[in-house]
Amino acid sequence: MCRLAAITSDKHFSPMENILSLETMKEGNDGSGLGLTMKDLDGEFGKLKEYPILSGMGTRNGGRVVDEYMDKHGFELLHVWAPKTRKIKGVIPHEYYFARVYDYPEYFRYRSTQEKEDLLLQTRLSLRKLGEADESIFIFSFYPDVLTLKEVGDPLLLGEFFGLDRDEIKAKIIFAQGRQNTNYAIYLYACHPFFLQGYCSMTNGENTAFVPIREFLLSRGFPGYMGYNSDSEVFTHILHYTARQLKLPLPYYKDVITPLTNNEMGKRSDAEALQLLKQSLRPLCIDGPNCVIGFTPDGTCFMMHDSKKLRPGIVAGSKGKYALMSEECGVDRAIPGRDKSRDILPMKYDLVMIPPMAQEVKVWNQLQG
Amino acid sequence: MEPAARLDNNHQLSVREMPYIVRWRDDRCKRCGRCTAACPVKAIEPAVKVQRVVQSEGPVPTPTSVRRVIQVVEQVTDMERYCVGCATCALVCPNAAIEPEMNIQHKLLHYKNKGGDGYKRGGRRNDPSISTLDRLKFTRISMLTDPALDAGRHEFRVRSLLGRILPPSELPLTTVDGKLVVDKRDKFIPPVREIFPIMIGSMSVGALSPPMWEGLAMGIAYLNEVEGMPVVMASGEGGMPARLLKSRFLKYFIIQIASGYFGWDEIIHSLPHMIEDPAAIEIKYGQGAKPGDGGLLMAQKVLKLISKIRGVPQFVDLASPPTHQTQYSIEESVAKMIQSMSMAWGFRVPVYPKISGTQTARAVLNNLARNPYAAALSIDGEDGGTGAAYNVSMDKMGHPIASNLRDCYLDLVKQGKQNELPLIAAGGVGKKGNLAANAAALILLGASCVSIGKYIMQAAADCFGDEFNRCNLCNTGKCPRGITTQDPKLYRRLDADRVAERVVEVFKAADVELKKIFAPMGRSTELPIGMSDGLSIDDKAMADRLEINYVC
Repeated sequence: MCRLAAITSDKHFSPMENILSLETMKEGNDGSGLGLTMKDLDGEFGKLKEYPILSGMGTRNGGRVVDEYMDKHGFELLHVWAPKTRKIKGVIPHEYYFARVYDYPEYFRYRSTQEKEDLLLQTRLSLRKLGEADESIFIFSFYPDVLTLKEVGDPLLLGEFFGLDRDEIKAKIIFAQGRQNTNYAIYLYACHPFFLQGYCSMTNGENTAFVPIREFLLSRGFPGYMGYNSDSEVFTHILHYTARQLKLPLPYYKDVITPLTNNEMGKRSDAEALQLLKQSLRPLCIDGPNCVIGFTPDGTCFMMHDSKKLRPGIVAGSKGKYALMSEECGVDRAIPGRDKSRDILPMKYDLVMIPPMAQEVKVWNQLQG
Repeated sequence: MEPAARLDNNHQLSVREMPYIVRWRDDRCKRCGRCTAACPVKAIEPAVKVQRVVQSEGPVPTPTSVRRVIQVVEQVTDMERYCVGCATCALVCPNAAIEPEMNIQHKLLHYKNKGGDGYKRGGRRNDPSISTLDRLKFTRISMLTDPALDAGRHEFRVRSLLGRILPPSELPLTTVDGKLVVDKRDKFIPPVREIFPIMIGSMSVGALSPPMWEGLAMGIAYLNEVEGMPVVMASGEGGMPARLLKSRFLKYFIIQIASGYFGWDEIIHSLPHMIEDPAAIEIKYGQGAKPGDGGLLMAQKVLKLISKIRGVPQFVDLASPPTHQTQYSIEESVAKMIQSMSMAWGFRVPVYPKISGTQTARAVLNNLARNPYAAALSIDGEDGGTGAAYNVSMDKMGHPIASNLRDCYLDLVKQGKQNELPLIAAGGVGKKGNLAANAAALILLGASCVSIGKYIMQAAADCFGDEFNRCNLCNTGKCPRGITTQDPKLYRRLDADRVAERVVEVFKAADVELKKIFAPMGRSTELPIGMSDGLSIDDKAMADRLEINYVC
């Protein structure tokens, strides 16, 4: 089972904080992958917030293919960042890691956000397709102010490998996953966090309802609903589907994946709408065991569980910095001096939300709505 | 000289030609006559024989030959009265002196066409082989990486939906202050019922005896009102008693309309007096046991009660045509009929068609997928049962349910409509007694609900029928169990209360067993419709055809 470490703060911080938290949870990750997604970046990306960052890796040749493709499609390269990797025993490096900031093609610069997002998605998927067969290109995200790094290996070693302990890369929201490979192959596209058009999530545990959910998402006709090298990828896509495509407020994400019983629903003022939603989105209901941690495009971070709470998580911290993690020891490492009596162990009906800048924690109870 | 015909018994059949041979034991029989009286086909009769016996009496052996008159029970060798193997004789015999024994060398089908008419019977397909449903295994067991659920502890929702479900993008929802509200202006929200995923399929008042139908109906009402299990039952063609139509229990029943429209005069006249809507309306276009063939209620079953409910004279054959005669094309057959039926109940009742399993099921399905008023599609596979049909229809016509259902489900998946149009699967569910396992397998293949008929007759009323052509007398009105007869002398053998009790037991047990299947697969919150990764089969070709795992 994977270990999850998310931190949201009002100040920029280093991803090493997440990695050190993962280190304390080492019993639960076997080095089959580390995924890092960073949002609201500082340093060299700080001044380029409105421009999309293409995050990925691959071979030198793959890099050239990316260059050619981006040139051909009118993207203008503004900035290049590459981790200053060093040789670490136990990490088999790829030839090329990159985070490249582009300006939109000229004819797209004044289009709507939605159109721009669709262009970024199409571009990411095309590049993924170009390099998927020979594994020469892996693209993890292409979105403004979001950077993703993934690699196979022990999280702490990978932190050193990428030079994150020395680098100036910092962000206000950082999600990290230490992967415990279970019944899927060790493959970089199976590594969380998953990201789609501003929506991001990571999950631990198996998803027993994976196949019907995957079939439902695949049949929505949305190009971004693809991949599914991990059963957890569907959580990101359900989030995207409910929030972006159906325009439902975030709490309804919980109502979709863990719907209330008809009796419980009766107490909610929006019971009639819930009933329709439950019926129409019946195939998206999960059965766990899962703890889901995610963020939305506005930077709200959240945590919730399956309806049996088979994978409990913890949200804790203090004003200005909160950690959302799968184990308490991870939080102890990230936010050591906090008042533990204020730790939140979300119950099965709870959706814990932390708005951007981490000033407060909201616990939304599904029974009350 | 005696003619050769009498000497060699030519043109007579021996018991070896009969599908069942009656084994009668002289030494045990006390000649009470119960067996011959109870035999529904008069395949056995008392006979008097003269027997030569050598006997000796007294202290010294003095064998003498005497001729004695004895009474025996004898099997007749007339194919019109062949022993159907029902074993009513064995049931009534106080001394276990008689029982039929199956004869695999029989030649029933060579002879059972007297008068130039094919062999007609009731029951099911005579195919005792293991069906695809019984070969499917549940192989995705939650082990360590995800904990198996506890069927006794965790909350399970073994429920399904019957009715057209709106696609999420068409839901009439708006957000007000962060909360969703339903905006009903100009938007039709189709009726949807939450039901238990196993329903009792269509068996008519008429095909079934009064205590049988009543027993099923009472069992259903009890399950709903006392056990809180929303099990529904379909009426079959032939209407329903007017008192039930006007009662609060109507909501547990699906009313069927078929090509003969029997019973609909009464139903239409009851409409203004209905205090509840029915669960749904089923339009029957076909039946798995006799695809493309019409219904038939034999004259001998059309007694006073039936003639009243159906609005026809007594003692006439009631034939329903193979198709709805007033209609011309699929658009008319399906769309107009669904519209008319929906309109009759103010669009508050789901209306769906039932067809027999066929290669063309997907054409029907696609038509329905485009019709926003179609509430579901029920597909009845070749292993379905019937009260009366030609043997050839039952044995040789039809399509197995597993691949037919799977094709339809995957077709819906391609269109993204797998959650919009529920599929009801029937035909052979519980054929070997594995009701919950067969139902779960069909659900994992894509069914929203399954429908049962023969199983409930066997389990609740001890129907003798099986896949070895045992009994299968449903068409004759001589059902020895009193299940499919209108003869009071026969149906008084059946206690409606006992039937109702068994119906309740069957569904409660199925509920437990379904949980025992879903729990180890880690599913409890929603019915795992289409969770095909949970299924496997030990045949590669079948696995490929059904797009599931092959295991060995």
